[in-house]
Amino acid sequence: MEENSTSPQISVSFISEDNEELGASGVLVPVDISTESLQILCNQLLENSDDPVPISFFTDDGIEIVDSVRKSLDVIDFEKTLKLVYQPQAVFRVRPVTRCSSSIPGHGEPIISAQFSPDGRGLASGSGDSTMRIWDIELELPLHTCKAHKNWVLCISWSPDATKIASACKNGEIIIWNSQTGEQIGKTLKRHKQWVTSLAWQPLHKDPNCRFLASSGKDSNIFIWDTVNGSVVRCLGGHTASVTCLRWGGEGLLYSGSQDRTVKMWRSEDGVLCRTMTGHAHWVNTLALNTDYVLRTSCFEPSKRCIKPSSVEERQTVAKTRYDAALKIASGERLVSGSDDFTLFFWNPKESKQAVVRMTGHMQLVNQVVFSPDTRYVASASFDKSIKLWCGRSGKYIATFRGHVGPVYQVAWSADSRLLVSGSADSTLKVFELKTRSLYYDLPGHGDAVFTVDWSPEGTKVVSGGKDKVLKIWRQ
Amino acid sequence: MPQNEHIELHRKRHGRRLDYEERLRKKQARAAHDRSQMAKTLRGHKAKLYHKKRYSEKVEMRKLLKQHEEKEQKNTVEQPDKGAIPAYLLDRQQQTTGTVLSNIIKQKRKQKAGKFNVPIPQVRAVSDAEAFKVVKTGKTNRKGWKRMVTKVTFVGESFTRKPAKFERFIRPMGLRFKKAHVTHPELQTTFHLPIVGVKKNPSSQMYTSLGVITKGTIIEVNVSELGMVTQGGKVVWGKFAQVTNNPENDGCINAVLLI
Repeated sequence: MEENSTSPQISVSFISEDNEELGASGVLVPVDISTESLQILCNQLLENSDDPVPISFFTDDGIEIVDSVRKSLDVIDFEKTLKLVYQPQAVFRVRPVTRCSSSIPGHGEPIISAQFSPDGRGLASGSGDSTMRIWDIELELPLHTCKAHKNWVLCISWSPDATKIASACKNGEIIIWNSQTGEQIGKTLKRHKQWVTSLAWQPLHKDPNCRFLASSGKDSNIFIWDTVNGSVVRCLGGHTASVTCLRWGGEGLLYSGSQDRTVKMWRSEDGVLCRTMTGHAHWVNTLALNTDYVLRTSCFEPSKRCIKPSSVEERQTVAKTRYDAALKIASGERLVSGSDDFTLFFWNPKESKQAVVRMTGHMQLVNQVVFSPDTRYVASASFDKSIKLWCGRSGKYIATFRGHVGPVYQVAWSADSRLLVSGSADSTLKVFELKTRSLYYDLPGHGDAVFTVDWSPEGTKVVSGGKDKVLKIWRQ
Repeated sequence: MPQNEHIELHRKRHGRRLDYEERLRKKQARAAHDRSQMAKTLRGHKAKLYHKKRYSEKVEMRKLLKQHEEKEQKNTVEQPDKGAIPAYLLDRQQQTTGTVLSNIIKQKRKQKAGKFNVPIPQVRAVSDAEAFKVVKTGKTNRKGWKRMVTKVTFVGESFTRKPAKFERFIRPMGLRFKKAHVTHPELQTTFHLPIVGVKKNPSSQMYTSLGVITKGTIIEVNVSELGMVTQGGKVVWGKFAQVTNNPENDGCINAVLLI
């Protein structure tokens, strides 16, 4: 009370991200109130004070409250109620990776793709020596070597239930592997005339048995495969140049970006082209959905140790609830596309074919765009050696992460959206921290350009592979 | 009926002689021996011709064999290329870091050298004794302060000779030139262009001021008829060129335009 008499008071009201006000009216608090006290207050209002959740607060303009209200705001209008948007943060905290726990040789040629399984217990990598290898993540030793491809293994994609791996090679052949035994399942899927650029499985809540797979190729075709029959269910033609990126959204829509400068939206049930989104002036290199992370992890809840639900129905319901929850926070599926014209476009593909906003700032082409797991941020990796951070809701520019001295090829988010790791042609990995908006840790070690980086969905490990043919696993 | 048709008719009627196959086999078997005997015994021009013919036959044979081998080979093992790159780099022009570095260094060196980068970098120095002839003057030809230039010169339009008494350097009318054959190195065409001035004679500063043109001299030529335009859009009329021949020997000036 002593404090209250000396410092002015301000009325504060909490608003959730989907615009619902918490509590009836504003609460009078001192201006010097710290974020910790605000968190306690907010948790009380949310009625989970016995199990408090970390929360960060933003004003309507998107300014984050750090330390205290007075310190973070320049002008405080004491007459009005201060509206604070509260964003519950991830309950768990991913510890930053700081050391290389093992560098595993094995591949005879550069490693061009690597991916963790959705439950974070498996790891697969594809290489220029036309093999795919599955690694034991605990022992950090090779588990299986999958030899069937005849050319570089360009893309790898784990099925959302973590039982199958699809890999595609430069000859345009797609092979499905059993992730446990490392044996090929069914036939080799041959239809593409040129190399395959991207693979996407149907989300688990639509397809609990992981039967359908979409693939896009340099030959400007998109195929939807039935992996059980090994046949093409649907052929989506419409692009006039190489399709560079493919995403299978949770609403039964396929998004594809192409070198013909368009982003197209397809309905997966009947293969109808729903929308063509134009705007880019050059090749579209990459796409990102704000639900990417939740679709990837599907039924594996990272906060619950990624335990796999026992029955198929249960898996589907878990995946569905997780997807719906993510969609509610994000208020709908949003798409970001990065292009060779140095810009990004922010789309609301369900609503309109006009871009919400054009995100400019990069000085070189944008190679990869990734939404953070909590859907609140977008990170874009560019050949101008920088990574830019954008708001995942409005597409507003937030910050630039510098530090690399070569083109940044790939970025990956930690599961709690607090950290970011990037791999670059300058042979280093760098960990960036979101809170301070700065370089957190430099991870040198690779002998040459790093082509692929992935952060495991449960957040303990980072894998990287590159031109020096060594797969490196990084951990805390 | 021609002869060969008789034998063909006979063969049709009665068949070949009974030992035909056997004889043919033996003949073929002996052919190699016969050939080698012939190759051994042939001498002189005939040997030359024979061996040449035989050599070309053998080349043909070897090619044919190889073709057959390739045809018979079943599943060819296609080795994937080296230097795998991810899908997002496949359509891009690849430039490895090492090459980038060396490229930068090369570029810098080039820029440094750029100022002095001319078609003929090394020029033989022309000594004073070679370029000037001492002219004896005075009533008794005792004085030797006068010089006559023995090389080709360019003398500007407005030049007027000094009185003979004070003229130290004589530039003979016969060696004065007004035009040069200038080659455009990219177009590979030659133009007959008027000379504007002598920019630099590498042998000596004095030659430059005198307008002496020797091999390697940089001259300025009037290129207005070429219709060259600057980046700003103005017509270029003066451009440098380097002399590539020895004009005093050839009686003409050949030069290369410096782009």
